[in-house]
Amino acid sequence: MNTTNEMDLKFAAKSINEGFARVAVSAFVMGLDPTIAELSDIKTAVSEAVTNCIVHAYPDKSGLVYINVKITEKGKVIIKVRDKGCGISDVKKAMEPLYTTGGEERAGLGFAVMQSFMDKITVRSSLNKGTTVTMEKAIIRRGKNDRER
Amino acid sequence: MLEINTEDDVMVVKLSGELDHHRCSNIRKKIDSRAESQRPKTLVLDFSKVLFSDSSGVGLVMGRYRQMLLLGGKLQVVNVPENLRKVFKLSGLEGLGVMK
Repeated sequence: MNTTNEMDLKFAAKSINEGFARVAVSAFVMGLDPTIAELSDIKTAVSEAVTNCIVHAYPDKSGLVYINVKITEKGKVIIKVRDKGCGISDVKKAMEPLYTTGGEERAGLGFAVMQSFMDKITVRSSLNKGTTVTMEKAIIRRGKNDRER
Repeated sequence: MLEINTEDDVMVVKLSGELDHHRCSNIRKKIDSRAESQRPKTLVLDFSKVLFSDSSGVGLVMGRYRQMLLLGGKLQVVNVPENLRKVFKLSGLEGLGVMK
């Protein structure tokens, strides 16, 4: 799978950065000329993944969130959202819809949204080492301009 | 920006911009504080000017639904833009009967 473009982001795990993260990723993906719906799906999935890092990864200390985005020559977007936080003890349970440890105001839908809005999601986590969420979405190519990309 | 107007036991909250975990925590505090002091019979959340929402927006609705039940009132969610309906549908919020 050849990568045609790539970018990395690193920022403090603070809630004020949620908007920055999703806007930065969607701006990077704009080069693929996605539809509004595709872009909205990516923005929402990134927002969920980053919010998970901010709410859950660093309960007792400050930390960083790392995002890597790759675009392949076939127009697939691969987004990795990583933290070096506390990790998830039971990934399968954490991915169940409506499951949350974030209190009453969390809907427990973060992973369900990521799964529904992206084509593929993989979660790798180690206790006290961190969590990496990898999400993939193929951007459907349209029109003549695709050949120029 | 958050606009809250109460008239005849109906409290209307006009939400706008992007709803994520960061913004929703501030919005929640403002709505709850006003609802507890004014005790409206109906709380209306108007989404017409919301440009983006992740599941934090769903959490905001679910939390206000619970709060209005505790206060003896009801919740209505109105003018949800088409681009937000996907996340709302996934959440099962439509089953609560609050979406207009």
